[in-house]
Amino acid sequence: MNSSFLLSSTTFIYALATVFYIGSFAFKKQTLSKAGFIVLVIGFLDNSAGIIMRWIESYEMGYGHAPFSNMYESLVFFSWTIAILYIFIELKYKESIIGLFVSPLVFLAIAYASFDPNTSSKISPLLPALKSNWLIAHVITCFLGYAGFAVSFGFSIMYFIKPRNPQSESIFAKLPSWELIDELTYQMVVFGFLFLTIGIITGAVWANSAWGKYWTWDPKETWSLITWLIYAIFMHLRIMRGWSGKSLAYISILGFLAVLFTYFGVNFLLSGLHSYA
Amino acid sequence: MKKNKTIPEQIWQFFCSARLAVYTLVILALTSIIGTVVLQNGAEEEYIEFYGHGWYNLIKAFDVDDMYHAWWFLGLIVILCVNIIVCSIERLSTTWKIIFPKKIIFNPDRFRKLKNLEIFPVKKTLLSLSLEVEKLLSKNVGPVLKEETGKSVILYAEKGRWTRMGVYVVHTSLILLLSGALIGSLFGFKANLNLDEGKTLDTAILVENKKPVKLGFSIRCNDFNVKFYDTGAPEEFKSNLTIIEDGKEILTEDILVNHPLTYKGINIFQSSYGSAPPDSVSLEIFGQQDKTALIRTVKIGEEFQLPDEETIFKLEGFLPHFDFNGHDLGQAFIGRIVEKDGKSFQIGLPLKFPTFDKMRKGSFAFVIKEAEQKHYTGLHITKDPGIWYVYAGFILMIIGCWVTFFMAHESYFIEIETTGELSSNLYVSGTSNRNSHGLKIKIRKMCHILKG
Ligand code: HEM
Repeated sequence: MNSSFLLSSTTFIYALATVFYIGSFAFKKQTLSKAGFIVLVIGFLDNSAGIIMRWIESYEMGYGHAPFSNMYESLVFFSWTIAILYIFIELKYKESIIGLFVSPLVFLAIAYASFDPNTSSKISPLLPALKSNWLIAHVITCFLGYAGFAVSFGFSIMYFIKPRNPQSESIFAKLPSWELIDELTYQMVVFGFLFLTIGIITGAVWANSAWGKYWTWDPKETWSLITWLIYAIFMHLRIMRGWSGKSLAYISILGFLAVLFTYFGVNFLLSGLHSYA
Repeated sequence: MKKNKTIPEQIWQFFCSARLAVYTLVILALTSIIGTVVLQNGAEEEYIEFYGHGWYNLIKAFDVDDMYHAWWFLGLIVILCVNIIVCSIERLSTTWKIIFPKKIIFNPDRFRKLKNLEIFPVKKTLLSLSLEVEKLLSKNVGPVLKEETGKSVILYAEKGRWTRMGVYVVHTSLILLLSGALIGSLFGFKANLNLDEGKTLDTAILVENKKPVKLGFSIRCNDFNVKFYDTGAPEEFKSNLTIIEDGKEILTEDILVNHPLTYKGINIFQSSYGSAPPDSVSLEIFGQQDKTALIRTVKIGEEFQLPDEETIFKLEGFLPHFDFNGHDLGQAFIGRIVEKDGKSFQIGLPLKFPTFDKMRKGSFAFVIKEAEQKHYTGLHITKDPGIWYVYAGFILMIIGCWVTFFMAHESYFIEIETTGELSSNLYVSGTSNRNSHGLKIKIRKMCHILKG
């Protein structure tokens, strides 16, 4: 059993979970979504085992570093963070229909890692600058933040497809109540914001200990700041200006697009210091 | 409301709005994008080539080539700070009165009208219920206020009044962080220093303008080591440095990437390395006629007679790039051979091709046996007196966000009303300054306990 087997099987298990959630929704069968949840939990365990295996393997290869050091590893971890956050929400709020919006994200992140030809899954040694506990803290907190934003993005999408009319026959009529959608969107943004804040801060502390500068305005940093600003705007609009519902959902969607751009766009379109994440 | 405001009042009003904060944050987010798309701190020619003269003039006019330090960008940040400070001052007296009230008072009528009010009957006496509720509230919430009228008892408890400070902590942390950055850029510096192994220097070169800066002490590089992975990527580089002040050795320490050394507020970072010219080489000298060979270590600048006792060899120096008929052969020693008739010519001895000199087919051939590979260590040297403000800002921001998001000022109201000898009605409700959903769940839980 090696990590690459575990992680590629994870991809397929997450795909299966997604299929169950979609099926449950399309055929209005509650049992399918129960199955979806179980499959998702199995996928999550597989995902965790894969990450741990990879950690062990890197020690066996003599490189010895935590598996958060390149694009592949960070995407695998991104899936993991979204999955754990979702499992928590489903257990707490018992609204399995939310899985329809979140499980595809869990699947897409790890599928992208596995199938994108430019993303190497090789375990490679760490450059000297990357050897720091601050870096590990930085990656973990940033991705917890991104996961919060991803889930809140899922909730924001609901605003646009849930029918206004409570008697509607549409299959989307069964989505959670407006109140709960609103609450959860906000809670997830709050969760994401706290962790993004810690993520940016640990990143700055790391940069200061590696290079003697905590902020250099490189594109990756700047885009994470832009993301942070968008969610700070979200918060002020909600608290100070009393925004809610659809108009606020636009901001949350915009914020998640900024997350995606920070993560992918900057690597492909702009150049910077960061080797990956 | 007064109609005619004086100008200072208008300015105060302008900075006192939360709307301004939102607008400024939007503008900051949008303009920050520019610097990630347009090259920063590039050379004039690069911009002209890419954007043409017209755009270049515009770029220059708005300092877009260094936009994060441009006057208008810094201006936006100043507006944010003033906005936060003015808003905080404006609200502080109100918030202060809320956070530190002379006496906690509550309005029962308000709680009776709340949306989350729950009403249910319990088969217990007023007295026993009142004791039970008091215990529950003081255990889960805080000190209980009690108001008794003949037929009913009202109990009230609250917690987390102080958490209303959270927002101020977050905003203060921002000001602290930005002032730290300002202090750092005014009173600190960033410089580089390339130090050959064995050498001592006391001056670094500023990154900003390439001017020298005195450190106030000297640094000697005793040793430099670089380790590679088997893939060829660098694994670690390490310098052993000694700090010398007033001719005395103060301390000797290893620095690595991620493990800087700090002395008297000056931080020394391992940032890069390169090869320094070696100062001696061990050469094997072949005589072509008598097929003799002899090994000799030669220092740069040294000259000596060859075994034929007529020709003189002088090791002139070392070049990082030795040009041979238009080819760059890399690092090489340069020697000069002076023949007995006084004619002399230069030869190159590239490190990469130790036997290169044999091709010359001269009467002597010089083969490199060993050249001590020396390194220089690339040090990044900084002074940042603002860093503690920045770090304090970081910590305060995390604490402030935590308090703001996950804690709240919650008040609970429970009214017990006798309806019979052994029966009472309970009215339970509460307020929170945020997260009303969470509060509802807590109230339901409380009701659940009280229903028994
Ligand atoms: C990025 C820079 C920020 C600026 C320029 C800014 C500015 C402001 C301003 C001017 C106000 C209104 C005045 C006041 O109530 O004091 C305000 C309110 C508020 N801000 Fe910020 N803020 C920033 C960041 C944040 C962050 C990171 C948080 C997250 C914790 C936050 C949370 C709040 C809250 C909760 C309020 C409402 C205060 C209340 O309910 O009384 N702010 N902000």
